[in-house]
Amino acid sequence: MTEAQPVAGVPRRLLWSRAEVVSLRDDTPRVRSLTLAVADWPGHLAGQHVDVRLTAEDGYQAQRSYSIASPPEAPLLELTVETISDGEVSPYLTGELRPGDIFELRGPIGGYFVWSERQPGPLVLIGGGSGVVPLMAMLRHRAIAGPTQPALLVYSSRNWDEIIYRDELERLAAADPSLRIVHTLTRAQPQGWQGFRRRVDKAMLEELGVPALASPNLFICGPTPMVETAAQASVELGIDAARIKTERFGPSGG
Amino acid sequence: MSESDLQPLDGNAAAGLLGEMFWRDMTTATGICAGCGSEGPFAEARLFASAMGSVLRCPHCDNVLLRAARTPRGVWLDMQGFRSLTFTPTPDAN
Repeated sequence: MTEAQPVAGVPRRLLWSRAEVVSLRDDTPRVRSLTLAVADWPGHLAGQHVDVRLTAEDGYQAQRSYSIASPPEAPLLELTVETISDGEVSPYLTGELRPGDIFELRGPIGGYFVWSERQPGPLVLIGGGSGVVPLMAMLRHRAIAGPTQPALLVYSSRNWDEIIYRDELERLAAADPSLRIVHTLTRAQPQGWQGFRRRVDKAMLEELGVPALASPNLFICGPTPMVETAAQASVELGIDAARIKTERFGPSGG
Repeated sequence: MSESDLQPLDGNAAAGLLGEMFWRDMTTATGICAGCGSEGPFAEARLFASAMGSVLRCPHCDNVLLRAARTPRGVWLDMQGFRSLTFTPTPDAN
């Protein structure tokens, strides 16, 4: 066996590790980021996820997947978790955990929905709600690696206060002329809002110049209907389907 | 049942469970559906997961590609819905 490496596809046994909460940050009223120290973390690629496992005193276990928000270069792992009020895992992660607490996770997982600055071609990221989390890992990685290609983030939120990473996204765009960030607010808009106010659709991607990009890499993450619509629209706009990668989420089955 | 945490609903999310068994990432594999013959990335298949197990379906014809369950005797896996799976190295995984 080769030694453990942080690259997808290399044989590596997937084991549960202990994650210690280092700090917590509220991103929106329903979303909290956890910064974690994970023993023997092998490193990851932007876009990968982890499985989190909670065990009750009676032995009952619940397991969920969460996208990694931190870039590969960060010394600590960051997860950004949306609270689902009747969920089994998210209310604990966002409401109960305190610095110093420990829980189990394993990863990094998934080698498909990943991006590296070494990948040639413009980057187009389309996110809905907390689907922005793996896309943020890509943008943070891009900022650290030094952008060599233009990037566009189209980010759909219900309203202004539910935009995750709003200030950081603004800073990233201000520091990097090759990065464009476009918000669409689907339910409510602040006074004087000039931006989009509908779900991501074909006309929006067309207006943003996506069809004119040469060989772009598209990453689409969000609720299933949003992902299907955006992926279908991209194909209709002439984007090579092999360059469109998607990740869907929604309420887990009962 | 109240398990409504937001969860991934495609093949990306099966990577953890299958990684337990295969020690490699399965989501980058390209599969051919035994039902309709269409070819696509494992990660783009539709996942229906519960505490009992997972079912992966073809996005084109709804054929069951894979079923996985945890049983008292271990993990049970049925992959007969795939005619074949092809593993090609990705640029990041030589």
